[in-house]
Amino acid sequence: MAAVVDIDALSAQLGVNWSEVNLDSIQLPPGNNFGIESDDEAVYHDDQSEFDTGFGNIIVVDHLPVVPKEKFEKLEGVLKKIYNQLGVIKENGLWMPVDPDTKMTLGYCFIEFNTPQEAQNAKEKSHGYKLDKTHIFAVNMFDDFDRLMNVREEWEPPQARPYVPGENLQKWLTDEKARDQLVIRSGPDTEVYWNDARQKKPEPVHKRPYWTESYVQWSPLGTYLVTLHKQGAAVWGGADTFTRLMRYQHSMVKLVDFSPGERYLVTYHSQEPSNPRDASKVEIKVFDVRTGRMMRDFKGSADEFSIGGPGGVAGASWPVFRWAGGKDDKYFAKLSKNTISVYETETFSLIDKKSMKVDNVVDICWSPTDSILSLFVPEQGGGNQPAKVALVQIPSKVELRQKNLFSVSDCKMYWQSSGEYLAVKVDRYTKTKKSTYSGFELFRIKERDIPIEVLELDNKNDKIIAFAWEPKGHRFAVIHGDQPRPDVSFYSMKTAQNTGRVSKLATLKAKQANALFWSPTGKYIILAGLKGFNGQLEFFNVDELETMATAEHFMATDIEWDPTGRYVATAVTSVHEMENGFTIWSFNGNLVYRILKDHFFQLAWRPRPPSFLTAEKEEEIAKNLKKYSKKYEAEDQDVSLLLSEQDREKRRALKEEWEKWVMQWKSLHEEEKLERQDLRDGEVSDVEEDEYEAKEVEFEDLIDVTEEIVQESM
Amino acid sequence: MTMECVNPEGLRLDARQLCMHISCMLNLAQIQNSSHQTLETRMTPILMKGHERPLTFLRYNRDGDLLFSCAKDHTPTLWLAHNGERLGTYRGHNGAVSCCDVSRDSSRLITGSADQTAKLWDVKSGKQLFTFNFGSSARSVDFSVGDHLAVITTDHFMGVSSAIHVKRIAEDPQDQVGDSVLVLQSPDGKKKINRAVWGPLNQTIVSGGEDTVIRIWDTETGKLLKQSDVEVGHKEAITSLCKAADDSHFLTGSHDKTAKLWDMRSLTLIKSYTTVVPVNAVAMSPLLNHVVLGGGQDASAVTTTDHRAGKFEAKFYDTILEEEIGGVKGHFGPINALAFNPDGKSFSSGGEDGYVRLHHFDSNYFNIKI
Repeated sequence: MAAVVDIDALSAQLGVNWSEVNLDSIQLPPGNNFGIESDDEAVYHDDQSEFDTGFGNIIVVDHLPVVPKEKFEKLEGVLKKIYNQLGVIKENGLWMPVDPDTKMTLGYCFIEFNTPQEAQNAKEKSHGYKLDKTHIFAVNMFDDFDRLMNVREEWEPPQARPYVPGENLQKWLTDEKARDQLVIRSGPDTEVYWNDARQKKPEPVHKRPYWTESYVQWSPLGTYLVTLHKQGAAVWGGADTFTRLMRYQHSMVKLVDFSPGERYLVTYHSQEPSNPRDASKVEIKVFDVRTGRMMRDFKGSADEFSIGGPGGVAGASWPVFRWAGGKDDKYFAKLSKNTISVYETETFSLIDKKSMKVDNVVDICWSPTDSILSLFVPEQGGGNQPAKVALVQIPSKVELRQKNLFSVSDCKMYWQSSGEYLAVKVDRYTKTKKSTYSGFELFRIKERDIPIEVLELDNKNDKIIAFAWEPKGHRFAVIHGDQPRPDVSFYSMKTAQNTGRVSKLATLKAKQANALFWSPTGKYIILAGLKGFNGQLEFFNVDELETMATAEHFMATDIEWDPTGRYVATAVTSVHEMENGFTIWSFNGNLVYRILKDHFFQLAWRPRPPSFLTAEKEEEIAKNLKKYSKKYEAEDQDVSLLLSEQDREKRRALKEEWEKWVMQWKSLHEEEKLERQDLRDGEVSDVEEDEYEAKEVEFEDLIDVTEEIVQESM
Repeated sequence: MTMECVNPEGLRLDARQLCMHISCMLNLAQIQNSSHQTLETRMTPILMKGHERPLTFLRYNRDGDLLFSCAKDHTPTLWLAHNGERLGTYRGHNGAVSCCDVSRDSSRLITGSADQTAKLWDVKSGKQLFTFNFGSSARSVDFSVGDHLAVITTDHFMGVSSAIHVKRIAEDPQDQVGDSVLVLQSPDGKKKINRAVWGPLNQTIVSGGEDTVIRIWDTETGKLLKQSDVEVGHKEAITSLCKAADDSHFLTGSHDKTAKLWDMRSLTLIKSYTTVVPVNAVAMSPLLNHVVLGGGQDASAVTTTDHRAGKFEAKFYDTILEEEIGGVKGHFGPINALAFNPDGKSFSSGGEDGYVRLHHFDSNYFNIKI
């Protein structure tokens, strides 16, 4: 505030009336900031590069044919034709110098474009262009000439820079207490916490107001946290606190997506069209996460990035590019009308330089582990051509398996997380075509010839409300039946008796559930009744087929397991005004702690990379769990003792403090006794003084009732 | 005006209708260290339906045998505090009645109303003894120690700014005059002063209201002695203020979803209780270290169909540990009024739903361990 007062005083001195000054109209001379640093270094740096010499939009084309005067115009025409495709040449923007003596051209020319971007683009696209065998263009930016002229003739060996170790981006995984991190956004703040279940509270790691302008997202392996800003996206990470590791320029970025191996970052921006009938403009950029280099950008109308059709939202459905599974980040695919475009990341171009034409394809889905693409084509020609689900191997584009389906209204594809199975939920019309019923086609990907099995529910007419594979497992859960009390069924792709066929494990009748959340390690599942069901939660053990606990997080909107499957967070985000905040539960449904935050927007656990342990090693650990768990149980015990000790100490201190107040009040009350009596016209107010006397309240207390059946010996 | 009398025959009928016994749960969540147990107390509240509009204020007399209720309808009502029997009503106001106080000997009642008057009543006969006229609604009333003075707050209205008036209460109603002994102007005259009460020995007046600040005034000079710190004070309008029987400390409730306990002499913040809904009413147990907060989503903001969404619960907190120990559900709307019986063995709540619920604690309540 002091600064404002100073300014006011100064302005009064100078006779400036602040109310007449429009701050926005003040333009500082370029290059001078009067010591006022911009809040936004990003803006500051980015703007500088564009206005270096003013020749940024001129390119120099070398290695042109040397032609006499007669052919000058023809060559000029050829050049204009080439470069007009790459950008708009300014009027009289092409200048080809001529030797004044011989009237021959000198073999180079200057071309001025409207914008530096066009010039840059033209340079990149036409460099190395073969006009004919002997004339291969060498194109440079005019601005680069000075730099190139200054290159020394003699080669100097580059200085080897000393190795600076980078930050340990995986430090959070080495937490001594093996805790997990989570990020939350509430109000203007974005906060990262350790989930400290032992202490029954989260431990703050990092907090920053206005960290992002829309939302935050973890990278799939948890290394980075990406934030979105007006100028683009930024990733954060590091050993101790979150430092900015890289920035990706993409103005007004709306959405981001990582490749599964977190090598590439895809950013998306769409511009609403000025004319509502036009499709909106979409720009997508693919960046290398570590270097920050833009690998490729895609521009076009929204139609090119979606299948359009009715019910299509404005812009494209996200993610536009779907990444093939596995850590290699080799392929990504885009679905547009009648076309599937699969790109590979070595050159960032289409495989075989062409897209796959698939008439009417509406959905594609990658296997989470292999480069296999599943696709769905609905019925065509009024049912004459059947609907089709097919599996395509990439990059060979060989169709591994396909199945034709009849009288289908819709299909949904669900891959199991290890890519072993694919479940296709098929909605079929009944004979009258008035209603639909559902069934499943189950593909066993890893078996020879990929056998397909058809599964129908016990009651064919049940509506399917939710479907979920057990992560890394062979089981899946389905919610089916009629609201408000549908049934939940569990199936297994292989049981001890039945290895090659799907079999039903159990059906739970009449559950208040509309969503399924498997623990990331399998075995446990939460049957959740979100939204309309007010946040009913049932923690279910699928191995034992028993309910471990039922609970309620009133109005819960989101549920997310931590990456280890030890804890689960339920949250009420600000879709409601009430009850905003989150609750952490243990896997078996014990409430660990609860945090209330107004304007709660987002909660996300930091993912962990997959374990390096082999399956055998994991099994061994599971077998000897008792041995390992001893150490942790002892630790737990210590912490809980410490906690209760601290708690007792705190309570004692609070009680003491309170007693002190009460004593003070009592003595003051005593002091004022006579004066009070005066105020009451001499009435002895002693009657009230029994307030502080201990009152005996008698009551009976039933501690416990046990019923024992005494068995009489026969 | 005469007190509306109900003949014995009619009364029994009345009582049967009014005292609907609906079992109600007091869920006392006992949170001790890691163990999370729930202790349930079954209480049968007495539902008292005598008002047609939302309740605004509840007041027990010193002996704890009478309960006075004020509501937005125009008739304060008197009930028997042990069984909820209606004894009568005080007819004469022409607007919502927002507050009342009863003298130490239970002979005089003072009420403040939106009809721009405060009225003195004879408790027993229901007779109106005197009317204080103001230019705006009377928001709160409080008798001093000795009952010779009363503090009345008035709202701002048509250019009149909100103010605190001190009136002398004559022994004999014949001698009663309407003149103010003292008038205190709040710094922000456009904000309501929701409550003003007497401090120890009538030396001070403590006020709180929509401007979120608690002020202590000198009753001799009319000077502002202290005001609550912006940092630790309430962030939104103060809705209610309740003082301890010995005038040593008081509790304030606010729309900022907190209640705060202050020392009445030094205005030191001692405790702070945080809840999830705006607080409309507060009360302190005279017997145990418990405070009760009532409130709920503002009536206009209640959109969800589930009654739980509004959180119309009277929440019990441990005074010392500031921890929630339980809640009493039952109202269909926000709780606007709370009062503890001076013996600490029962309490009553008044809601936006027009009901007064009278709860007698059972033995489990006195057995709560934290």
